[in-house]
Amino acid sequence: MAGAYTYIGRSTPREDASRVVTGTVQFIDDIALPGLLHGRVLRSPHAHALVKAVDKTKAEALVGVEAVLAWEDVPDWKGGMTNSTRVLDRKVRFVGDAVAIVAATTRKTAAEALDLIDVEYEILPGVFTLDDALDPGAPQLYEDYPGNVVTPGVPGWGPESLKDLVTGDVDGGFREADVVAEGVFGCENIPNPMPPETPGAIGLWEEPNKITVWVSDQAFYKHKGYLRRIVGSGFDIKTIGVPCGGSYGSKNMSWQLQLHAVLLSKATGRPVKLVLSKEEQLAAFTLRPSSRMHVKVGLKRDGTVTALSGRWLVETGHYSQTTQAQVAVGLGEAQLAIRCANWDLHPAIVCTNRNASGMVRGFGGQELKCSLTPILSLAMEKAGLDPFEFFKKNYVKPGDGYFWRNGKWYVYRGVDYAAAMDEGAKRFGWAEKWKGWLNPSEVSGTKRRGVGVCVHGNADIGEDPSEAYVRLDPDGTATIHSALVEHGTGQKTNIVKMVAEVLQLPLDRVSQLPTDSSNSPFERGPGGSRGTYATGSAVIAAAEDARHKLLESAAHALGADPADLDTDSGMVFRKNEPSERISWEAAVGRRTCIGYGRFEEDFTLANCMMTFVEVEVDTETGHVTLIEVVNTTDVGQIIDPPGLEGQMNGCLGSGGIDSALFEETVLDSSTGRMLDSNMVDYRWRTFFELPSVHNVVLETPFASHRFGAVGVGEVATAPGPAAALMAASNAIGVWLDGYPATPQRVLRALGNVAPGRTGGGAT
Amino acid sequence: MEHADRIRLTVNGKVHDIEIGDRDDQVGPLETLAATLRERLRLTGTKVACDDGACGCCTVHLDGMAILSCMTLTVECDGKDVTTIEGLSDPKTGALDPLQQAFIDHTAFQCGYCTPGIIMSAKALLAENPRPTEEEVKEGLSGNFCRCISHYHVVKAVMSVVPPGGG
Ligand code: FES
Ligand code: FES
Repeated sequence: MAGAYTYIGRSTPREDASRVVTGTVQFIDDIALPGLLHGRVLRSPHAHALVKAVDKTKAEALVGVEAVLAWEDVPDWKGGMTNSTRVLDRKVRFVGDAVAIVAATTRKTAAEALDLIDVEYEILPGVFTLDDALDPGAPQLYEDYPGNVVTPGVPGWGPESLKDLVTGDVDGGFREADVVAEGVFGCENIPNPMPPETPGAIGLWEEPNKITVWVSDQAFYKHKGYLRRIVGSGFDIKTIGVPCGGSYGSKNMSWQLQLHAVLLSKATGRPVKLVLSKEEQLAAFTLRPSSRMHVKVGLKRDGTVTALSGRWLVETGHYSQTTQAQVAVGLGEAQLAIRCANWDLHPAIVCTNRNASGMVRGFGGQELKCSLTPILSLAMEKAGLDPFEFFKKNYVKPGDGYFWRNGKWYVYRGVDYAAAMDEGAKRFGWAEKWKGWLNPSEVSGTKRRGVGVCVHGNADIGEDPSEAYVRLDPDGTATIHSALVEHGTGQKTNIVKMVAEVLQLPLDRVSQLPTDSSNSPFERGPGGSRGTYATGSAVIAAAEDARHKLLESAAHALGADPADLDTDSGMVFRKNEPSERISWEAAVGRRTCIGYGRFEEDFTLANCMMTFVEVEVDTETGHVTLIEVVNTTDVGQIIDPPGLEGQMNGCLGSGGIDSALFEETVLDSSTGRMLDSNMVDYRWRTFFELPSVHNVVLETPFASHRFGAVGVGEVATAPGPAAALMAASNAIGVWLDGYPATPQRVLRALGNVAPGRTGGGAT
Repeated sequence: MEHADRIRLTVNGKVHDIEIGDRDDQVGPLETLAATLRERLRLTGTKVACDDGACGCCTVHLDGMAILSCMTLTVECDGKDVTTIEGLSDPKTGALDPLQQAFIDHTAFQCGYCTPGIIMSAKALLAENPRPTEEEVKEGLSGNFCRCISHYHVVKAVMSVVPPGGG
């Protein structure tokens, strides 16, 4: 609804549009600096080994090589959640782990130098599956993590940070239930978000203690604090945000890469750029966690969930980047989607010798949803419940409460999403297509269609603080000081629109300072769809504050009451004499008006995405084709229609719906080697395979900020995979036993069960 | 190794006389066109994502045909004419190509990393087939990766520059 607004809700060109279409956006690998060196990482061919010796002599002798560093050459800097992992270690824990780093004058020389480093390893036995890692006799990855189980809890979220979900009386709950179902289900195909641009950083060390890092991440300001935690105080750290060529959550953190570049710069006295190759991105940078649940759920026939208990295993690979946080948010999101008074759900995070899992949009909740939904479906099937009605009834309603990531209880004060869900169901034709559990909606020869639905939402739309300044110059322009980079959501344009709306200034008179931690106040950066509410609120408040100061100064000069004044187009006027206008300059003279805005963390609002999926399965070939997707949500107020649509269309890629259909990381379980770490073998959707996607968006104002909006980008991928697996199972009349629904899995399911029904996967 | 010591490459109308050899300031026999464009000529609008011929991000025009510059050796381009995304706007007026403008008007990108390659592929497709159907556009772009899923907006943008009565 753009009606009330000049810019908000209208389709306007992205502020970076002409740079994008002319190829002049400067991504990290496009940056040239005087004296810039190129860094490369020597990576371990072994999944688990001790580095006995590193012989660098030959590499150092190569002309153009400026530095070669191994673990003994670098400080004991450690990152990861509970600071487990060294920047370069004498123990390697996955195929691809960093062994040594090189800086050279050209990329080619840096690559050649890697071949000249001789490493002696003592090979250790590795663990490659959840079950092997938890075996009592299993090889241990870290001394700090006995049994390969990561220390639970998120230190930064306080002592009560959510580690499990225990509330009410589950035994009583199960007694109340009409049906009880129990099952084990996993989402263990660890898809890769695979942004097109590989992660990268430029590090610059200046004596005696100045560190500057340019990063391609979606959030750069917080790295300043994160790096300080790793390297200790006593350093002057500056981070510079560079446009991010796709992230989907994954480029939220890259401390190891950044510090490799910094260490090489310290050793050479020159800036060093380190950009991963595609193979390194896929095989050695973070991907989704793997998740498996063994739970029991009790339902009443009216769809009330009476109890949910069990264990949630999350496999995080060789270390935890933020997995404890993902588990905490996942547990919170479970409560948003399932209103239930009695929980007893216990997670454990497990390390194995593969590359690490880390942040990806869906952030733990998607993995939980993918594992839990098939088991919930068994219970729904037993109770004869329609999943759409079930999810609609159980999604959080105003007045409902939940424990969020810090362990505190919050009461939801947003809108009821039932209306949006009804609209989506209508658009999809759910009532006509749903034929009951494990029944196809349509059969034509060997082709069988099936439908599925799931829902997901997140209260992280208000996570963490944000701050901004808005500066009004007398020439009638506004400048935003915000540490917000562009990573594809169009959020930089959206904050320009918000400021333009508050000040009634043309869009081209509002700009944002270059993104640099030394010129902007605190900004956590995008994540959890927080850009619209959290960053937006800070920027709006700063613009309002600046406007207020401008009118106060003008009132003083004009001998008027500020309440009687207004401004638009860089002019000030009396509300009752709008035709008599003077410029800001004439009104306030040589004065800049600086407004400050701050957003305080708030977990009482949550977004919501319900996704309906229809697939067609060829029972002869086992091939599953995605036919139609309908996403439905309520965002309060659309800020930018095409931007929102793009984010919602993103439900397919970046480890979304396609991770239920064909995307998977294939690990050789005897060596820990990844077999599809390139874009030929790792499958992705092309232009020629597009399903029909419809996005239904309601605009019921939220009590968020003056435009009543909330963000949804992060959750767009999350409900789809579980809905797609449900759809494929319904099409073939048999439960598929895992993700993705490859032809092999489909044919196995069809061949292994007698015609007809009976639950397969989740039992 | 037998090869000319120098090659002439025209890029966006400008002739470059390039020395071949193994020194850092010379183009080596295995250097890709993508690397030459990006690292030597500083035309960084051409993006490299996979460096493996799979994603189309590095698409440029070689004598008018769309090619993958990460799979093309510079030494093989002697006497050829290369157009990159930087060369698409009008050299005199600087005005954007109508297709570039269509991408702006339809917000046919999210992160924008795939966009130069997609625009170059679409431009070549339109040169070959000025009135493609929507299906032909999708087929023509099926070698271009877009992880943000801007495909739907891209197809609309491309179709918007097809003269009416197309297909
Ligand atoms: S970079 Fe050339 S095809 Fe991917
Ligand atoms: S717009 Fe991001 S990959 Fe295409």
